[in-house]
Amino acid sequence: MHVAFRLNGAEVAVEVDPSAPLLYVLRNDFALNSPKFGCGRAQCGACRVIVEGEAIFSCVTAIGDVAGHSVETLEGIGSLERPHPLQRAFLDEQAAQCGYCSSGMIMAAKVLLDHHPDPSEADIRMALERHLCRCGIYHRIIRAVRRAAGEMTR
Amino acid sequence: MTEQNLSRRTLLAGTGALVVSILLPEGAQGQSPDLPSGGRLNERIEVRADGTIHVHVGRIEMGQGLRTAIATLAAEELEVPPERIVVAPVDTASAPNEGYTDGSASMQSTGTAVRRAAAAAREALLALASRQLGVPAPALRVEDGIISGGGRRVSYGALAGAVAAQAAPAARAALKPPRDYRRIGRAAPRLDLPAKLTGRAAYLQDFRLPGMRHARVLRPPSYGARLAALDTDAVAALPGVAEIVRNGRFVAVVAEREDEAIRALDHLRSAARWRESESLPGRDALFAYLRAEAGLAEDEAPSTGRRISATYEVPYRMHGAIGPSAAVAEFRDGRLTVWTHAQGVYPLRASLAGLLGLPESRVRCIHMESAGCYGHNGADDAAADAALIARAVPGRPVRLQWMREDEHLWEPYGPAMVMRLSGEVDRAGRVAAWRHIVVSAPHASRPGGAARLLAAQHVEPPVAASFLGGFSQWGGGGGYNAEPYYEVPARVDSRFVRHGPLRSSALRSLGAFANVVAIESFMDELALSAGLDPAAFRAAHLRDPRAVAVIEQAVADFGWQAFRRVPGRGRGIGFARLDNSGAYVAVVSEAEIDAASGRPRIRRMVGAVDCGEVISPDGVRNQIEGGMVQAASWTLLELVDFDRSRVLSRDWDSYPILRITEAPNVTVSLIDRPGEPYLGVGEAAMGPAGASVANAVAQARGRRRRTLPLADAG
Repeated sequence: MHVAFRLNGAEVAVEVDPSAPLLYVLRNDFALNSPKFGCGRAQCGACRVIVEGEAIFSCVTAIGDVAGHSVETLEGIGSLERPHPLQRAFLDEQAAQCGYCSSGMIMAAKVLLDHHPDPSEADIRMALERHLCRCGIYHRIIRAVRRAAGEMTR
Repeated sequence: MTEQNLSRRTLLAGTGALVVSILLPEGAQGQSPDLPSGGRLNERIEVRADGTIHVHVGRIEMGQGLRTAIATLAAEELEVPPERIVVAPVDTASAPNEGYTDGSASMQSTGTAVRRAAAAAREALLALASRQLGVPAPALRVEDGIISGGGRRVSYGALAGAVAAQAAPAARAALKPPRDYRRIGRAAPRLDLPAKLTGRAAYLQDFRLPGMRHARVLRPPSYGARLAALDTDAVAALPGVAEIVRNGRFVAVVAEREDEAIRALDHLRSAARWRESESLPGRDALFAYLRAEAGLAEDEAPSTGRRISATYEVPYRMHGAIGPSAAVAEFRDGRLTVWTHAQGVYPLRASLAGLLGLPESRVRCIHMESAGCYGHNGADDAAADAALIARAVPGRPVRLQWMREDEHLWEPYGPAMVMRLSGEVDRAGRVAAWRHIVVSAPHASRPGGAARLLAAQHVEPPVAASFLGGFSQWGGGGGYNAEPYYEVPARVDSRFVRHGPLRSSALRSLGAFANVVAIESFMDELALSAGLDPAAFRAAHLRDPRAVAVIEQAVADFGWQAFRRVPGRGRGIGFARLDNSGAYVAVVSEAEIDAASGRPRIRRMVGAVDCGEVISPDGVRNQIEGGMVQAASWTLLELVDFDRSRVLSRDWDSYPILRITEAPNVTVSLIDRPGEPYLGVGEAAMGPAGASVANAVAQARGRRRRTLPLADAG
């Protein structure tokens, strides 16, 4: 099936089985690295991307369901040369070890900050509740999101 | 990545590079591989004509910041920005053999050696510059890779370009004294994070080759399951399916697209009929099983008078990488190339050669990063799977990624352990007796031959009959940190359970976690029995002032004296020096029992660490902080569940780990010792942090439970 959608601001289309998970289409058809396979069961958050302003689990979302919609990944919000304030804050706080969970965390945090520019620590914890970090640096991730919030509202 | 395509000849015989050998301390080297040329690939620093400096070592990055620390050390001695340093990929075609990246030993051995070689390279460059500029070497200065003096200047690159590839004498060059440091001990942001945080290709999982296909493996539902029937015709007809590989119980599917491979796997799973058996003791009987195997009486001696006895139990725990294990393999013209995130590419190469019946010279293993592994997880097994599949479908590369349940059910877990302690405190408040019996399943079943690979049991005929065979000795690690660092009359007895019920291998800190949890819990029990303050009681039994210093630092940072005990809240301390020779860590934690649920949670953790001279302060902090939180997760929540036939912990719902909603606030103080040897930090926090959590929870509950995990209500 021909599926057309908006990906990081560009109109794109792909020939694919509509039941294929969005994750594999992003990674393999569009060579995007940031959405990560972690569990395939919406349990860890490594695959999270933004669809129409909502953070969704791309590992359990069928590509057919995003037809006509707007999809945003980490690559779409900033780059090495022009990082998003969240990416800059994660670097400033060195809020990563292996970094495998970072993309999903940043995408969920972006949705939070889009709706709540000045979140409390509890708000941040709740927004990232469904994300696992095995390296054990949740406290740095919380600091990074607060720092980004501060910079974005300044 | 370009470097991986350069042959060894180019590396060593290209003109215009100054090459300095890095001399590792005795015993830090892996076994010398036999190279076609008969030579061996050395640890070395190459200063190239383009001004870049390439460091070839055999240790890998796994999210712990190794490349940044190595670059910092080389940059310090060579007076260049760390970005100029390229830490070369670890590839059996070009990298030296340092065996495994383990034991928190990278900085102590490799880091120290790299620094010496960088200092020697700098001296060699200064000598060349002195000749070229006609200025005596002591009158030259170096800034940013430019040597100047007498009004003239020349760059490292120009000097290197002018020499034919030559090995400079690896003379003992003087290291910079700490007062001249410009990079060591200063902020050094990780060099790999910008790419990882912006979606650049950074992981093996992101590696794409032209014509690459995707594979998935159908694993048995349990260790002992036999394949009774599998009709693959319907699956072979599914769209995109290229091949179904079948060899005994080893079954895999190769498809053009990844989603097609996963769909085909689902169909294979439905089609397979397995015959299972009840070969496991079951979770409830685990510790009784271990005690019986180790000849340890089921009941401990009763505590009488001053004599206290206590038995502590730690269950199997997972490495639990967030990214399941993966590999890319290509079999072409009788040669196998495997891209892998294994911790040792040379041992893996030997193992794959054995599994496939190929000479080692026809197998090449190239390391790429993956999600954090925290020890020996499924990385080698995924590489073996990919190798078997690639050989069955030669000519095109194949990418294999394990599904979540493959990792959960089949990775080699951190082994279950039982620690029985007994001892007493005399009237003067001194420990007068200390006995510790350790019972442990194997900690070391890394591949050093094909038999340790998962697929080795599944192919027909099996290379290995079970995970359990072949361990003729202690298997390493159970006795890690079993000797107390305290001045006590210790008698320690380590007992190895060769036939642990579940597959197990090296998990971060090996037996140190369980031993330190037991030792430090017992120190608290002894202090309590004598009515003494647990922190002061520890300090009183330590002779090493560096050990006392980390305890005093953590206690002060936490506010130990001012802490007000109220029902449902508690504080706890844990201390250890990693295997009594590595970094010193003390941790103090605060626990709280949730009134509604009755479950404990950790509100905050305060750590102090002395790892000798600090190379990267935030690198050390990050490792210690992460270790503290991971240890809290192990202590509170983690347990591999299994019944008589199957492992039941198959995903993150059935194997919960600490989440951000329960994550403690964490701070760490560093005690820097400029000029002192580097002591590794990767594993150093696990025992002290776990112990501090156990002690804090015991105080908050008002009674101690000695079997982990602790987070259940009650």
